[in-house]
Amino acid sequence: MKFGVVRFPGSCDDVDALLAAQRVGEAELLWHQDRDLHGVDAVVIPGGFSYGDYLRCGAIARFAPVMESVAEFAREGGLVLGICNGFQVLCEAGLLPGALLPNISLRFVFRQVWLDVADPDTAFTESSGGRGRVLSIPVKHTTGRYYSPEPVHVVLRYAAGENPNGSQDDIAGVCNEQGNVFGLMPHPEHAVDPLTGSTDGLTIFESMRAHVGDTISV
Amino acid sequence: MSATRSVSKHRELGLTDFEYGLIVDGLGREPGEVELAMLSLMWSEHCAYKHSKKLLRRLPTEGRHVLIGPGENAGAVDVGDGLAVAFKVESHNHPSAVEPFQGAATGVGGILRDVFALGARPIAVLDSLRFGEVSQSARSRYLLEHAVAGIGHYGNSIGVPTVGGEIYFEPSYEQNCLINAMCVGLAPAQRLMSSAAAGVGNVIVLLGALTGRDGIGGASVLASAELGEGDADKRPTVQIGDPFAEKKLMECCLELLDRRLLVALQDLGAAGLTSSASEMASKGGVGLDIDVASVPLREADMEPFEIMVSESQERMLCVVEPERVAEVIGVCERWETLATPIGQVTDSEIFRILRRGALVGELPVSLLVDDCPLYDLEPEPPAVPLYGAAPLGGTPIVHGAPGEAVLLALLESANLCSRRPVFEQYDPVVQSRTVRRPEQADAAVLALGAGGDRIDAIAISIDGNGRRVACDPRVGAAEAVYECAANLACVGAEPLGLTNCLNFGNPEKPHVAWQLREAIEGLSEACEALEVPVVGGNVSLYNESPDGPILPTPVVGMVGKLPDAARAGRLGFARAGDAIALVGRFRPTRAGSELAKLQGEAPVGALPLKEAQPILDAQEKVRDGVRAGALQNAHDIAEGGIAVALAECCIAGAIGARVRLPDGLDPFGEDLGTAFVVSGAAADLDELEVIGEVAGDRLVIEGLLDVSVAALARAHARELDEALR
Repeated sequence: MKFGVVRFPGSCDDVDALLAAQRVGEAELLWHQDRDLHGVDAVVIPGGFSYGDYLRCGAIARFAPVMESVAEFAREGGLVLGICNGFQVLCEAGLLPGALLPNISLRFVFRQVWLDVADPDTAFTESSGGRGRVLSIPVKHTTGRYYSPEPVHVVLRYAAGENPNGSQDDIAGVCNEQGNVFGLMPHPEHAVDPLTGSTDGLTIFESMRAHVGDTISV
Repeated sequence: MSATRSVSKHRELGLTDFEYGLIVDGLGREPGEVELAMLSLMWSEHCAYKHSKKLLRRLPTEGRHVLIGPGENAGAVDVGDGLAVAFKVESHNHPSAVEPFQGAATGVGGILRDVFALGARPIAVLDSLRFGEVSQSARSRYLLEHAVAGIGHYGNSIGVPTVGGEIYFEPSYEQNCLINAMCVGLAPAQRLMSSAAAGVGNVIVLLGALTGRDGIGGASVLASAELGEGDADKRPTVQIGDPFAEKKLMECCLELLDRRLLVALQDLGAAGLTSSASEMASKGGVGLDIDVASVPLREADMEPFEIMVSESQERMLCVVEPERVAEVIGVCERWETLATPIGQVTDSEIFRILRRGALVGELPVSLLVDDCPLYDLEPEPPAVPLYGAAPLGGTPIVHGAPGEAVLLALLESANLCSRRPVFEQYDPVVQSRTVRRPEQADAAVLALGAGGDRIDAIAISIDGNGRRVACDPRVGAAEAVYECAANLACVGAEPLGLTNCLNFGNPEKPHVAWQLREAIEGLSEACEALEVPVVGGNVSLYNESPDGPILPTPVVGMVGKLPDAARAGRLGFARAGDAIALVGRFRPTRAGSELAKLQGEAPVGALPLKEAQPILDAQEKVRDGVRAGALQNAHDIAEGGIAVALAECCIAGAIGARVRLPDGLDPFGEDLGTAFVVSGAAADLDELEVIGEVAGDRLVIEGLLDVSVAALARAHARELDEALR
């Protein structure tokens, strides 16, 4: 099982995602100008401020050469995880429905939040411990208020009273109809080690490994 | 240029007639326009430390862990396993008073460049902020809101965690806020880079952003003069930050160093190209030729002097061997960072400025860097107190008020209340090293390695309390050092090195000179007692407004090491039934305390004198207890005294305590940096002075107060939340 973590100029949590993925499998960085995905089994679009995000977040990154390959990879059913800025990029690229709007507070917010697993049967949550499980994972963003005019497949919700940004229906993470592309604002890669916080985020990476292991002969 | 015109010109640029005379003597002629612009900046207080250098020589700078001491872009200490930690604190006060968002943002950008210029990857930012009374001043709320947003904007966007800091509110900072930012970086010791230019014929390459007209004269016009009316007109001298450009520049520089493509590297800060290039030449004992026509410009029609002194951000200067220039440019292209050869190293010890090959300025490097006169100050203690009482807020604390009311008032005061509304605007976890983030412990803790049974970590703290220093500059400054070391002890760390930022008023005034001299003496004595060397720092003088000088504010940043990240200490009480002990010789008094301020008293009176040995003993006890895993929590007793320290441990742990204070101990008196509140199993604390136990959901101090922890937490959370709403 090999993860590929995309690195755009301005990506900040790329190495963090790489280290988290390496706890459950192999992982390497993918350069934004490189169309070759190096045969990875899953792609992670990490957090940060791709291309500075001086325009709408993710609006430039979606045009990066690597994103053409990621879109094709997703169409063929490959697992794609977008974290924070990665979620924004996937929405901008049309790989996920909806959009991320500025937080109600209009400020950056860092907070360790509780998340309800709304759908424990996805490729990204199948190892999370089942329905009713709550996960402690930090958020850190200025533009994380999820909005979609259409019904969406909700995977994670902020637990009652935990919504840090005014997200519609407390939505923290959604996937596409096929269930192979998942975006979330919280940072599971920052919840993988008891030394630095919780380990609840690791379940996302473990789920992906389990799913890939089930569907691809490794 | 006629003599009279040049006289008025040099005064406009901040040079005295005496200094101008020295320049004419040194040069044997009148300086030209470019030369005068360059000299006026290099001879400013900001660049030459002309009013502080003699005093700074008192600071101890040597120690067994020091790899790089003062004089380079930042200092560095050895943390073992072939790793070095580089760090420095620097001020960006005057730009932030004029334009808080960009001033604070570029303050962070500047200190980050200082650290990666050394070859260290920035792994942490801390900041030390001072504003006027936030509950009474709309200006202070504005400055706070925008400075915090600016710090977050830069640090968050570049992917360096902001892991700690401190904020105080006092009337003397009303016009002249303080924004001090500290950066800590990590490098393989062998990658540490010098800024000394070397190798005649080597190429000087400018990296990063285009050069524009921003920040021209910032070092002399803004940083080396008092604030006053018309400061709004100085807004154009504040630089604009671009963290995305710096992110690329940083990754690019670290890759260039990893590939060993550079001979020397230096950031462009105050006084831009002039300062960076002449300091590189001075350190290397060489000369430089720079052609301003090669410098990529944002505005095409810039004059040579503007190009030489522009403070445009996100630029670095490096020295490269000619045959490696193409490879350097290749790496920079990958990171979408401009790299432009603009000159070469010569053997002349002369800095020559050319424009398309024609000479426009020619100065001996030594005249720029070494020949600025150093002044003796005329220190004199003030005959009458310099600072009045802070205006009282809504509900002043009357003498004899019940203990509960006093404690709640202290917890909700601006200086002691929760900093959460501020630190929630910063990312403390990016880079995956943060073992203790804000609110979890007295110092930030960052893991150095990953995996294995036992992971080394560093701890970082930043501290300073102007009101204490106003009472007694010598003891107050020493307290800042001791308190930083106490914070490190609370997580189990031993100090390795220290950086400081000396924020004072106009040193040409005798009482400010006295504050400065005494504070440096106090810092030095405490550093010597702890055997912690000063490896770098910054001086910010002329922090005055028409209302007078700021409180004397030496800010101390300290880095230490602990052997086992998993055992890093915590702030909050942890387990019901644990015993609570008081560690240290604690002799609190009311002068200069938070309570005295809330009772309407001016910052005057004697502070408790510091004796080194009992302080060292207490810190060692706490450090050893934390490292052994015997202490479930450790917290130093700071502003607000032992009652506030106990309340903070209760709030952080969401659990109560029952305590009986030693007879005669003032619950709200202060003696910073000397004593601790710790907790642990009674059997583990049998050699300590046990004063109570962790229990229930109320803080009970016998004979003084009985309050629910929920009420403490509510009081603690309120003030800044409202100020930033």
